[in-house]
Amino acid sequence: MFLMLIRRIFLGMATIGLVSVIIFSGVELLPGDACTQFLAEDQADREMLAQCREDLDLNRPALDRFSEWSGNAILGDFGVAADGITKISTIVGDRLKNSLLLAFCSLVVGVPIALFLGVISGLWRDRLPDLFASTLAIFAMTVPEFVSATLLILVFSIWLEWLPGIVLTSAGAPASEFFPEILLPVVVLSLVMCAHILRMVRSSVIEVLASDYVQMATLKGVPYWQMVFRHALPNALLPAINVVALTIAWLLGGVVVIEVVFNYPGLGRLMIDSISDRNLPVVQSIALIVASVYVCVNLAADLLTMVANPKLRTIYSRS
Amino acid sequence: MSETAFITIKNLSIGYNSRSGDVIPILRDVSLDIRRGESVGLVGESGSGKSTLALAGLGYFKRGLRVLDGSVHFNETDMLALGRDDLQRIRGGQIALIPQNSGQSLTPTLRVGKQLIEALRLHSDLNSKNFNSRVVELLEQVRLPDPMAMIRRYPHELSGGQQQRVAIAMALAGEPEALLLDEPTTGLDVTTQAHILELLRDLARDRNMAMLYVSHDLGAIARVCDRVVVLYAGEIVLHGSAVQVLGKPRHPYARGLLSSIPRLNQTSMPMSLDGRPPMPGETINGCAFSDRCVLSDEKCTTSSPPLLALESGEEVRCYHSNLIDRIPINSKKVASFRKSGEVQIAAGLQRLAISYSKPSFLTTLFKKSSQPPNTVDNINIDIKKGETLGLVGESGSGKSTILKAIAGLISPKAGKIILDGTIELSARVEDRDAMNLRKIQLIFQNPDDSLNPRHTVGQILAQPLRLYFGLKGNILRQRSADLLDRVRLGAHYLDRLPSQLSGGEKQRVAIARAFAADPEIVLCDEVTSALDVSVQAAVLNLLDELKTEQKTTYIFVSHDLAVVKAISDRVAVLYQGRLCEVGPVNSVYQAPFHPYTDALLGAVLEPDPYITPVLSADDIVELSPPAKGCPFQRRCPRKLGTICETETPPGRQIGLGHIINCHIPNNEL
Amino acid sequence: MVTVTINSYKTNNRAIMVILDVLSRPSGAVGLFLVLLHLILAIISPYITPFDYKLQNSSLMLTPPDALHLLGSDHLGRDIFSRTLMGGREALAVTGIATPIAVAWGGFIGILFGLVGGRVDEVLMRVVDAFLSLPWILKMLVLIVTFGTGMEVLIPTLAFFYGIPVIRVARAATHDVIARDFIWAAKARGHSRISIIRSELLPNVLDTLMVEGAMRWSWMLLAFSSLSFLGFGVSPPNPDWGLMISDARGFMSFAPWGVIGPVIALSSLIIGINLTADALAKSLGIDRAQKAPV
Repeated sequence: MFLMLIRRIFLGMATIGLVSVIIFSGVELLPGDACTQFLAEDQADREMLAQCREDLDLNRPALDRFSEWSGNAILGDFGVAADGITKISTIVGDRLKNSLLLAFCSLVVGVPIALFLGVISGLWRDRLPDLFASTLAIFAMTVPEFVSATLLILVFSIWLEWLPGIVLTSAGAPASEFFPEILLPVVVLSLVMCAHILRMVRSSVIEVLASDYVQMATLKGVPYWQMVFRHALPNALLPAINVVALTIAWLLGGVVVIEVVFNYPGLGRLMIDSISDRNLPVVQSIALIVASVYVCVNLAADLLTMVANPKLRTIYSRS
Repeated sequence: MSETAFITIKNLSIGYNSRSGDVIPILRDVSLDIRRGESVGLVGESGSGKSTLALAGLGYFKRGLRVLDGSVHFNETDMLALGRDDLQRIRGGQIALIPQNSGQSLTPTLRVGKQLIEALRLHSDLNSKNFNSRVVELLEQVRLPDPMAMIRRYPHELSGGQQQRVAIAMALAGEPEALLLDEPTTGLDVTTQAHILELLRDLARDRNMAMLYVSHDLGAIARVCDRVVVLYAGEIVLHGSAVQVLGKPRHPYARGLLSSIPRLNQTSMPMSLDGRPPMPGETINGCAFSDRCVLSDEKCTTSSPPLLALESGEEVRCYHSNLIDRIPINSKKVASFRKSGEVQIAAGLQRLAISYSKPSFLTTLFKKSSQPPNTVDNINIDIKKGETLGLVGESGSGKSTILKAIAGLISPKAGKIILDGTIELSARVEDRDAMNLRKIQLIFQNPDDSLNPRHTVGQILAQPLRLYFGLKGNILRQRSADLLDRVRLGAHYLDRLPSQLSGGEKQRVAIARAFAADPEIVLCDEVTSALDVSVQAAVLNLLDELKTEQKTTYIFVSHDLAVVKAISDRVAVLYQGRLCEVGPVNSVYQAPFHPYTDALLGAVLEPDPYITPVLSADDIVELSPPAKGCPFQRRCPRKLGTICETETPPGRQIGLGHIINCHIPNNEL
Repeated sequence: MVTVTINSYKTNNRAIMVILDVLSRPSGAVGLFLVLLHLILAIISPYITPFDYKLQNSSLMLTPPDALHLLGSDHLGRDIFSRTLMGGREALAVTGIATPIAVAWGGFIGILFGLVGGRVDEVLMRVVDAFLSLPWILKMLVLIVTFGTGMEVLIPTLAFFYGIPVIRVARAATHDVIARDFIWAAKARGHSRISIIRSELLPNVLDTLMVEGAMRWSWMLLAFSSLSFLGFGVSPPNPDWGLMISDARGFMSFAPWGVIGPVIALSSLIIGINLTADALAKSLGIDRAQKAPV
């Protein structure tokens, strides 16, 4: 068990290490660098380029710079942005906080609803509640986020004028100031997230309900709801842990479009802006943060599943 | 017997709606009474509707199934009219189910103790303080060792036999008046099965319970049942006392079924029952069994016979039950044995040892590595040309592992495999040359898994024909058709997919594929265990005929001692990967025995109510790794002492070609 | 893995059986209809559009729908109906080419490493994990910003990044299949590794890959339209649904009809693909919902 834990943590760290190599070498391999980008309009002469590279410390061997960059990153220092002045940790810090806020709100709203609806449609399979929830899920899952966002804005902020359709609060503002602007983005994100989790939970519930042990519980006279809560759900919800973990990772890194639509000052918009400006140090830092979150939540989910599933526990304590 | 029926099933028909909307019956017009203290056996092959009938006794129907007609009464309560609450009270409280596969019927996330307490809480008046002691009591009653520890375990931490015992304890928790048993011993080892049946017998007798025992295994039914009902294609075809049904069945199907079971005291091959039962939804004209029946005439194919009461007390669904004696019950055919003149060796295993355990990087790093004992060790056997060598043993005996090593799929750790007396085979199949590969062919246990579901029968047979003989085009197709003929399937099977065939047909295709290579040695790995009894006999007969035609050598692995007896010339008994006894069939199945062989043979259940199994050894779970010294010492009823724990028993010749590995002197065995 | 229902068809051709079975499910019939409709429209749209999609008319700016301009006109006075008809062509072309490439290379690598196993496989899975841990939009945008937004950039970029999750799926499917007896049987007969892959393994993994392909296609379309929406996909004046929605969004408060055409077109295509994928998965006996949306 203990060995297993060490092994998993080691593998997680290895993955983060690999990510940093991929990010760094990816940026290195791209044609041009921060200086050519910066100075392109001026038709920069060689001297200026050289000076710029000197300033940004781009002349040392890549391996050297990589070890320095990654070493500092572990300590929370991501260096300076492409302009050579702004500290990346300050820019990214605010945005990360905002993204976490958005993710947290969406999770709090979305996950319970998704689990509830998933269980309901699994239990009432092919009946009215299921047909309703499943059809809704297919739509929420397939309609692009910017489409549902656009439609929601059209309805709730333009026609009904209930909620603001756009976020005007600045990036550095405290969390409380994002209400009620944050509500529509949270609704859209919860919808998409709900759909995936709901479908997975539904099919897992159906599978468990068809299992021999649920049949046995029924046949030993266990009342229906006791059967559901004691025998079926603990087994049916195990796989949901991993899906929720993936959702958390997605909420932090993959919601660029929503942030753009609602003008929300999160990591995603910073990322896309930095890419457009070719502010590669910032892009690198964001990539590393998001990837680390991905690895960590997945690791946490695996460990949680292991704790919750006695079968896995035995397998791992033997290995 | 004057008492009224306790469970009454009357004219019950159950069916489902197919996707096209037709009503497809699974059970048709079934009536059955069970009295208090009586155990009734329900026999039928897969698809006969027997489990559906058992569950109907609890008022339970699998998703999609519904009652078309009829009624189910328990103790004069109409089970089909009850509401949810009443059903919950009766289920587990008055009628309890012991399921087929307890491993999957116990909730994996709940400890054994909790699941038992749940049953107590639902169905007993005990004070919750006494639950724990009652659970321990129940576990002791089902003879589980160390009940205190058992309570804390999760179901997957128990062995199959232990899980089954927990399920029985759970059924007893509600002090039920009736038990429904759905194949409760299927899939368990012979000795475990015998022990569990004895336990069930005792329980039923002590508590005067009504029991409905559903099984395909007539041996198990013979052990526990007073009366037997035989189901065929969803209908009762025969109903009588156990002695009547198992002694002299008056229905052609039951008679065929009974004579298709290989027995220990039989020297001939079991009779094969050709054809297959109709699938649910298939149109049946007249008697459902008519197309497989030798007595069938025009009347049988046009009108379906009613269930007729005979003077002797049985009920039979047959027009010709008076002619039943015309059907032979014993085939005179004896398995084709090797002529004793030749002594060429087809294959030889020399000091073969196989180990599965591969130390991982981390374990070698953290733990001092100690060599675990081999999974299979010190196997020395010569297989003579044209003979059938049977390998018997319980699960974990390493019998299939040895086959895989011969086929080159597992590399032995030590020892040699010699082909034709001279050629030493390479360990890995990749290093063997094509000629030697062709000579050894393997047939697997489960044809569902051994036939590629995406290939048609033609494509499946083409694989070896192309590989070994380079056949193409018409010749290839012709040759495949010939092969199908030889396994009694027609050329029209060539374009079918495995999913369109029945279990027996699939296994025939697998056999045809093995014989396509024109092999010298065919390795048969439990080839009949996944099949119904009547199909099993047909496959055994086919294998035997092919052996005569092709002069093939078989190595036949099975857990079923009677099957091995029917088809083998020589037998090797394995325990935990070590040889216990090797010798000609007739000597091994007769005293003197190795203590393990004795235990195995004693536990065999014969479909005869007058034969009682002899349980000599415990059925405790064997620990892994195998014991040093004698592998059987932990369970051996005749253990001598320290010598068994320290020294590997020597192989001693006790008859012509009959070797027993045991410390007990010959004259005492 | 073939479901029993398939066997009720009176043919031995599996492809036909599967298609019939997909069509017999409501979701399959509706889904396939939508997908085929979109494909046909994409092919014939240049010949049936009532107006030139790039014809600007300043007198028609943001006019509501009428008999002539069925969906009204946009901020440059272009006919929205014509642009909607034409708006899926580039998306379908790019994703239609990129999807098979993604499935092919991801499937190939996945099967290969699934077979090889051991340490090599372990390392590869870490690399796959590493790639998956980066947000898709970041990976793609970095390449697109550097190399441009043409089809010659978009196709390989999409194909590369969407092939990576396929590796995982193909590898898992391979692991499932190689444990089965028919693979052991082929090994014992002495078939070469290549021949085992080709005739025993591939036909069984292909089902999973087909369902996977359908799912990748819909996600790729989502990605493509999102890129267009963000301004990194199709370059104006070429019409694209994502871009059209992005353009019309600014005028939504007084000209909401601008978004309706492209929204319906884009959604119906993606829903169609998903419904088809659902039905296909059911017909092939694969549970699609159990798969994590990576």
